[in-house]
Amino acid sequence: MIGLSHYLTVAAILFTLGVLGIFINRKNVIVILMSIELILLAVNINLVAFSTHLDDITGQVFALFVLTVAAAEAAIGLAILVVFFRNRGSIAVEDVSMMKG
Amino acid sequence: MTAAAAFFYLFAGFAIASGFMVIAARNPVTSVLFLILAFVNAAGLFVLMGAEFLAMILVVVYVGAVAVLFLFVVMMLDVDFAALRQGFQQYLPIGGLIGAIFAIELILVVGSWTIDPGIVRTPIGSTAASEGLTNTQALGRVLYTDYAYFFQIAGLVLLVAMIGAIVLTLRDRPGVKRQNISVQNARTQAMAVENRKVPSRQGVEV
Repeated sequence: MIGLSHYLTVAAILFTLGVLGIFINRKNVIVILMSIELILLAVNINLVAFSTHLDDITGQVFALFVLTVAAAEAAIGLAILVVFFRNRGSIAVEDVSMMKG
Repeated sequence: MTAAAAFFYLFAGFAIASGFMVIAARNPVTSVLFLILAFVNAAGLFVLMGAEFLAMILVVVYVGAVAVLFLFVVMMLDVDFAALRQGFQQYLPIGGLIGAIFAIELILVVGSWTIDPGIVRTPIGSTAASEGLTNTQALGRVLYTDYAYFFQIAGLVLLVAMIGAIVLTLRDRPGVKRQNISVQNARTQAMAVENRKVPSRQGVEV
């Protein structure tokens, strides 16, 4: 029987893959953004799994809001990426040092 | 093994495999396509859990909008992706170590937890199964009443993101001849036509 732990394990593995993607693709901003999407997907799987397991709809409402924020974040992140590429001709993360912050 | 279990392993296996390919693919276009596959399989998992509405939203929003946005950006930017993979080998050991620790910790946690039976829960609304509602009805009942303000704020977040993306990427290129309809419509005969007396055999300067 497939229980809550199975879904939580899948979410944990997806979350780990997202974190790992940020670490090993440190130069490519596009893949980093995709890794963040994977992490948010893992969070959503967790929220929905607990929601259905505890028979409480709140988790799904929260997953909906996480989805909204993830979509907004992807749009803004890609817009910043396009502007950055237009100005510098590169999307390497090391080049993001113009402001010397 | 029941059909539900078989489908769980199918969806979970494909989701994890394509999640791995997202971070390991050589070409970012491949990464985006595997991201789409991961989201579709996660939507399948949502259907198995009984969250049909979120599954469909995941397909519409992620596969239909976000992943296609990624695909546009990847194809629009003329980037040398081979150069961006230079540090891949260098970061692999430390990244793999951190990832392995993370995965082991998370799986240890999710494998060995229990809910305290004495805990008092006050669910704001139940999921579909117990009340004879569909999942969408159950979600809508709560979303438009108890979470109405949050719902509005979510819409505001999307509006701000849309305006922000437009403001960021809009640019005014000099030297481009554009049609200016208001100026065209505001032209009168007096502005457009000039009458001159032309002396015979001399012409006019323009």
